[in-house]
Amino acid sequence: MGILVVTGLSIVFIRDLFAVVILFGIYSLVSASFFVNLDAVDVALTEAAVGAGISTVLMLGTLALTSRREKKSSHGSTLPLMVVVVTGGALIYATLDMPYFSDPSDPIHHHVAPRYIQQSGEEIGVPNIVTSVLGSYRGFDTLGETVVIFAAGLGVLSLLGRFGKRPEIALPSPSMSHHLILRVIAKALIPLILLYGLYIQFHGDYGPGGGFQAGVIFAAAIILYAIIFSTESAQKVISPFVIHLLMSAGVLLFAGVGVVTMLLGGNFLGYNVLAHDPVHGQHYGILLIELGVGITVTSVMLSIFFDFSDRKRIRSIEEQ
Amino acid sequence: MISDNLPALQVVLPLIAAPLCLIIHRPKLVWLFALFICLISLGISIELLSAVINTGPISYEMGDWAPPWGIEYRVDKISGFVLLIVSMIGAVVMLYAGKSIEHEIAPHKQTLFYSAYLLCLTGLLGIVITGDAFNIFVFLEISSLSTYTLVSLGKDRRALTAAFQYLIMGTLGATFILIGIGLMYMMTGTLNILDLAQRIPEVLETRTIRAAFAFLTVGICLKLALFPLHLWLPNSYAYAPSSASAFLSATATKVAIYVLLRFVFTIFGVTFAFEIMPMGTVLMLMAIPAILIGSTVAIFQQNIKRMLAYSSVAQIGYMILGISFASVTGLTSGILHLFNHALMKGGLFLALGGIAYHMGAARIEHFKGLGQIMPWTMAAIVVGGLSLIGVPLTVGFISKWYLVLAALEQGYWPIAVVVLVGSLLAVIYMWKLVEAAYFNNVEPSEVVVKEAPLQLLIPTWLLIGASIYFGINTDLTIGVAQQAAEMLMGAGQ
Repeated sequence: MGILVVTGLSIVFIRDLFAVVILFGIYSLVSASFFVNLDAVDVALTEAAVGAGISTVLMLGTLALTSRREKKSSHGSTLPLMVVVVTGGALIYATLDMPYFSDPSDPIHHHVAPRYIQQSGEEIGVPNIVTSVLGSYRGFDTLGETVVIFAAGLGVLSLLGRFGKRPEIALPSPSMSHHLILRVIAKALIPLILLYGLYIQFHGDYGPGGGFQAGVIFAAAIILYAIIFSTESAQKVISPFVIHLLMSAGVLLFAGVGVVTMLLGGNFLGYNVLAHDPVHGQHYGILLIELGVGITVTSVMLSIFFDFSDRKRIRSIEEQ
Repeated sequence: MISDNLPALQVVLPLIAAPLCLIIHRPKLVWLFALFICLISLGISIELLSAVINTGPISYEMGDWAPPWGIEYRVDKISGFVLLIVSMIGAVVMLYAGKSIEHEIAPHKQTLFYSAYLLCLTGLLGIVITGDAFNIFVFLEISSLSTYTLVSLGKDRRALTAAFQYLIMGTLGATFILIGIGLMYMMTGTLNILDLAQRIPEVLETRTIRAAFAFLTVGICLKLALFPLHLWLPNSYAYAPSSASAFLSATATKVAIYVLLRFVFTIFGVTFAFEIMPMGTVLMLMAIPAILIGSTVAIFQQNIKRMLAYSSVAQIGYMILGISFASVTGLTSGILHLFNHALMKGGLFLALGGIAYHMGAARIEHFKGLGQIMPWTMAAIVVGGLSLIGVPLTVGFISKWYLVLAALEQGYWPIAVVVLVGSLLAVIYMWKLVEAAYFNNVEPSEVVVKEAPLQLLIPTWLLIGASIYFGINTDLTIGVAQQAAEMLMGAGQ
């Protein structure tokens, strides 16, 4: 907690944006360990992969496009400060009547949650309860979140991307392939990262993990490759066109599972009808939708990263 | 089988269509496809509303899990009514977008526009139809993110700043709403709205629930642009593409008001919100300056899209004013105005788009002599303007009539005066346009400009025509609004 506060304060006061981005990464990593302490391993994994991992890379990408120094703000800071203080005050006020932390008589332990804990084993048969809730009981929320990711990708694409437009220029993007150490280590690491991504993807039923985290890890491996070697060689492996196709395909796979369940006579995303045995149906359903989530997350992350790096190349050409 | 799944299809159809747009890729085809989807959505919402009126609320279990464990979709009178508003505007504006977007946005970005538009429609419909508090947040995010995209696709470079400003304010609002939902979950252990409504009274006295109430109210008011939290609205509406302005002004804020009604009346209940917490006074104190200041600022705008945006701030004030009375008549006027304002503001923004189609923008100087050059477009603007003012035989009159009735019912006659002053201010800003359009001679150099294309005129007149039709034939709208209001008031007692 102490480290969190110190990091948070230094983010506010440091004007060097590069340092700020790195501090954000530290902040996320510390929160992730905090979540592990609270036994929320799935959340911790997500925080580590998304907060400390991919968003740091994306923010660094933004810095490469803009500048490293923070501009002096022209606005006064009195009003924002007041808003923050009032909000903080309200939050503290709210804690006064909260149930005690980890008190077994909390309302959250007595209403909806017991059924998830006691019956998800029989109804869904997946050992990781978090996956049962995310994938099945509240699967529709997860579909919504996947669409949120898709919408974000769409937004960046419409601002920076060259969707459907052929690139007019072919300037080699900067690469670091002349650094021998980087090259060798990257080559050794990338397959392992990909493998780990797949493990997280398909082992989500049994341990912490699932489509979101796996998608981010998978994307990280490809981004690492793009940074070390060059954007073009990464795009040779997976072209922007394919990325855009995959962005849609993931959402469609997820929603498609829902449509199939409707055609088979169930409700939307009611996986029971997918196989003769409802528990098997749940397994298939969760596996497929997690795959959909993974595909969309990977491709959206890649799309955003490539949009940034292409932008950088185009700008450096304009400057010449 | 299809009829059983209608509630899911209402949202899932545009949701599946949005990524399909990227795969279809050719702008013309994408538009046809999106239009087709919007029309089916409209059909579904008509079907749902009539089913609700005839047989009562519909509940649908997502994933076959019974609520509160799974997510419930629930259509009752008010959500059915708002679904109809959103999908109707969605379909009419999509009809319009084909021609207008072709003109406004670079070819390779048109597909992205349609995809974002469908996502936004998905988000808005999803917020309205769901019976689950967290699901509201998820779909709120979908609609917000796609809205930022829609705004940023505007031709003017200032659209980017406007979108960014909206993004910051919108994210703040969403975070506040999320905090509120989280606090409620902590105290009740459930996320289902009906279940929450049952379990909240036990813990109503705690500070945590009061804080949740405050966070939700502030968050939603940011989203619905209630004065003084409206600052993101004028720029976003002014610089977005014409079709996006029309769609957003007619739906996005309306859905936010629906969310406010849901949380305040269904979950917390009238007694808590208006007797224990000073909800009525607070809303009234914000609605009155919204009406007066919004209308006054509108008078001084040179960019007419911005003028209409400020007028929206004022009109939102009317809706909130109606709600703040916490009486059946007041709520009826608020809910009625949701529908009526969607018709007239949607129609007006579409008409402006028609002018911008030829002029490149819609500033006051572009209106000189337009009465002769674009008679149909200008006529639409005049009729829409009369409705904004609240002249009899238009929808604007009906909602204001109920609003004044509600004010007098509770003996707040000064509020009736505020409504009247608001109308007078509307007369002033609309008169500016009329004067420019009809009392100025055309300069010969400008005669090259013609009437807007039919593809733009027809959707415009569909909405403007509807605003006259529902001003004369009020059975349907008033009936539904009144029943919805009674239901909301009854829910808290």
